[in-house]
Amino acid sequence: MIPELGHFTLILALILAVAQTVFGLVGASTGNVRWQAAVRPAVAGQFVLLSASMGALVYAFVTFDFSVVYVASNANSALPTFYRVAALWGAHEGSLLLWGWILAAWTLAVALASRNLPEAFASRVLGVLGFVSVGFLLFTLVTSNPFERIIPAPADGRDLNPVLQDPALAIHPPILYMGYVGFAVAFAFACAAMLEGKLDQVWARWTRPWTTLAWAFLTVGIALGSWWAYYELGWGGYWFWDPVENAVFMPWLVGTALIHSLAATEKRGLFKSWTLLLSILAFSLSLLGTFLVRSGVLTSVHSFAADPTRGLFILAFLVVVIGGALALYAWRAPLLKSPAGFEPTAREAFLLYNNILLVCAAAMVLVGTLAPLIADALRQPALSVGEPWYNTMFPVFMLPLMALVAIGIHAGWKRGQLGRSRLRILLGLGIALVLGLTLVYAGYGPGKWLTPFGVVLAIWIIVSSLFDPIDRLRRKLTLPRAVVGMTIAHIGLGVGVLAISTVESYTVERDVAIAPGESVVMGRFAYRFDDLEAVEGPNYDAVRARITVLKDGKPVATLNPEQRNYWVQRQTLTEAGITSLWNMDLFAALRADVGAGRWSLRAQLRPLIDYLWYAAGLMALGGIIAATDRRYRTRPLAEEAAAAERAGASPA
Amino acid sequence: MSRRLSFAAAVAVSMMFMSLRASPVDVEAMPTPGLQQRYDDLTHELRCMQCQNQSIADSPVGLASDLRRDVREQLIAGKTDEEIRTAMVARYGNFILFRPPFRSGTAWVWIAPFLLLILGVFVTVRIVRQRARMVESDASEPDDSAEGGTSK
Amino acid sequence: MTRFLIPGLIFLLLAGVLYVGVVQSPNKSTMQSALLGKPAPAFDLPTLDDPATRITSAQLAGRPWVLNVWGTWCVECRVEHEVLMEIAGQRAVPIVGFDWKDDDDAAKEWLRQLGNPYDVVAVDKDGRASIEFGVYGAPETFFIDAHGIVQYRHVGAMTLDIWRREFLSRLPKQALP
Repeated sequence: MIPELGHFTLILALILAVAQTVFGLVGASTGNVRWQAAVRPAVAGQFVLLSASMGALVYAFVTFDFSVVYVASNANSALPTFYRVAALWGAHEGSLLLWGWILAAWTLAVALASRNLPEAFASRVLGVLGFVSVGFLLFTLVTSNPFERIIPAPADGRDLNPVLQDPALAIHPPILYMGYVGFAVAFAFACAAMLEGKLDQVWARWTRPWTTLAWAFLTVGIALGSWWAYYELGWGGYWFWDPVENAVFMPWLVGTALIHSLAATEKRGLFKSWTLLLSILAFSLSLLGTFLVRSGVLTSVHSFAADPTRGLFILAFLVVVIGGALALYAWRAPLLKSPAGFEPTAREAFLLYNNILLVCAAAMVLVGTLAPLIADALRQPALSVGEPWYNTMFPVFMLPLMALVAIGIHAGWKRGQLGRSRLRILLGLGIALVLGLTLVYAGYGPGKWLTPFGVVLAIWIIVSSLFDPIDRLRRKLTLPRAVVGMTIAHIGLGVGVLAISTVESYTVERDVAIAPGESVVMGRFAYRFDDLEAVEGPNYDAVRARITVLKDGKPVATLNPEQRNYWVQRQTLTEAGITSLWNMDLFAALRADVGAGRWSLRAQLRPLIDYLWYAAGLMALGGIIAATDRRYRTRPLAEEAAAAERAGASPA
Repeated sequence: MSRRLSFAAAVAVSMMFMSLRASPVDVEAMPTPGLQQRYDDLTHELRCMQCQNQSIADSPVGLASDLRRDVREQLIAGKTDEEIRTAMVARYGNFILFRPPFRSGTAWVWIAPFLLLILGVFVTVRIVRQRARMVESDASEPDDSAEGGTSK
Repeated sequence: MTRFLIPGLIFLLLAGVLYVGVVQSPNKSTMQSALLGKPAPAFDLPTLDDPATRITSAQLAGRPWVLNVWGTWCVECRVEHEVLMEIAGQRAVPIVGFDWKDDDDAAKEWLRQLGNPYDVVAVDKDGRASIEFGVYGAPETFFIDAHGIVQYRHVGAMTLDIWRREFLSRLPKQALP
């Protein structure tokens, strides 16, 4: 009964989404005030109904209602309660429901926070969001209904995929989707502005905090996914350039470009059509990512026969939404002109360089991701594009970008006047060279040829970011949140580059066949394999190794890698044993019983890898601080819009 | 004489590790560090055909270990990296190479990103030139308080 | 004006590629073998019945034959076994089995219980011969013509439909049953 209710509220939510679209878009274009007034109630209603649907599905999971196909395929009576809730987004149907629910949540937030926007504009934004919602709810109901029943119900369920039974996974999809779907807000703002035919700097100011917030969520979501892969997949990697990862990384790259071009648009009225295009692109890539992941076009050769109807449905939706937005763009963008000029070393110019490199990098990832499909379409034999290709290509775009960040931070608007900052630039570079080269050659050893570049650039970015805030503090100037946020995010970027540079070059790895009592030596560290014990979890049994890590002969940590055997799915999983020291991770994964009392063990020392997650945290924190800057809240925005209109197109 | 020296060295080395008791064997140790490096590099760029986006170095499945054995044997037999890659492609096609070869049919994967970059640079130069000419006619004076914050 | 149309046009191109990808995704599992049109690799393996007798590629030269790679550990092989039995009953072409990385006794037991569709079973215990054929997952079935050239490879369980369409059609006419 409860699942049917959930299904029913899902249908009602779809109807409200249709109402929201029609009232919003038609109401705004005909100037019908009563229709526009109906939009917000529709948004609220939709959110409540979708929450009820989510609740119904959670209820079905928690009460083991195996007559629901989705529950039977993704849960089992032995599955712990925590994972029964998280199993909601453990597979296709539930993920889509989550997608729809998070979109409804963002829409509700926009509806509540947009009261000081002009009513017609707010209605258009909500109408566009409603249209996206219609597409996804329809897709869920028509091709992927999570409430479908199976009669008679199976006695027990097939369980949640064991690799997904992990605490990080419980929060990874919702946070990732918060970012992914959050770009829908920027997209809706762009579409509304194009429909209205009015694109001024006020528009950029409205959309900026939303975009930055979505970007912050996406950053955290990606980092969580990477962290999860690192300790759950059992071979010690943290990024594989897998299509699923690329699907979230491309929107992130374009989103990063977008939050920077929005700065130029808001501040100087520049790059308006480009910012619009990026708003469309960021969300388009989110949709494309959903398509790639959900349609199964890119999965490995061994996944037999994915259902093409799902893929075709999303593709059709993609064509309508993205195609529509781009058509709107082709119609409206030519009207946008800006009188602003800037020197090639001005801040505007650096933001432009940043944008070009980020978008080219995203395009490069897109080429790599779609290469197998393109080869297919051209009737070429299958080819693979994997990590070695990406690791060669990506730095081509990123290293120049890093250098430009380190310099561009000092550039002023319009005239650049980098000459005034010459001392800071050289001082920063000097500090970075001394620290970086010392770290590389005296600390770690030469490593790969790219490493010194990465390390020096990383430190240069960090040092460069600090000049302006320190200077402001010294001169007792106020430090607006926008500046604080930007500084923290840029420091995060530097820390991240530093972490990647060291991890890629100085990871020590040994694969050994080891028997209890033996040790594997890696530099000053030795992993001593003490013993094995059998352990039993709620839905698996496992062997757990005890490995004592010795540094210079003294014990510093104990690692407990496991090999788990999940009963229901009959899957064997390695659970890595990891201990984090301040400057490296000690990593051990138990891989297989190779007979004669020996186990194959992968032992790694991964320098600075934890700083990669800290870096993502810093970037997201910076984004959140910047998004809460006072200027987005103080003056009523509608009033400001009117003021801007009076002042014409001149920048604030 | 020299044999004796090497024996003494061996004893010294084993003394060093005494406290650590017997040392384990590397699962797939190569006889020399040079070969080991080539082995590590090669096995990381060959795809495990049964897996989803995993190299044969990282995959625990049986076929991956068979292919690692194959790579090891070919390396020891004195084959070059290129010969080993060619042999793998002859059996499994370009699909097995994570790094697409620069040949007709796959070279576009390498060229396309650079074409994009050149296009990007071209567009950037044009925009920057055009805007630089507009600096004088543009009367607006931005406040230079970094980010565009309201600090004043 | 026209330059603002470029993003839309690129997107349409992309959508075309994606469309082809979606429509073709069900057929992806039959990845083309790299050996098509090339001579089948040579092998020399012990037979399952008697490890002392060996079966070599040279013995098979001069007539078309079919190679089926299987193992008792392979689920799909169990699925296709009945089909193989029916195909073997037609006696259209000799079927050579590669028992891939398997236990000999388990394999013998399997053939005793389910019937033996193979004219000869070669034991590829360490998987070397199968690697030469570019096998990446059992079951796989190859068609090799009278000149020793690989003409077709099917990945996954054999079906009668595929057998008729892709294998029988490649036999010389007089050999058809």
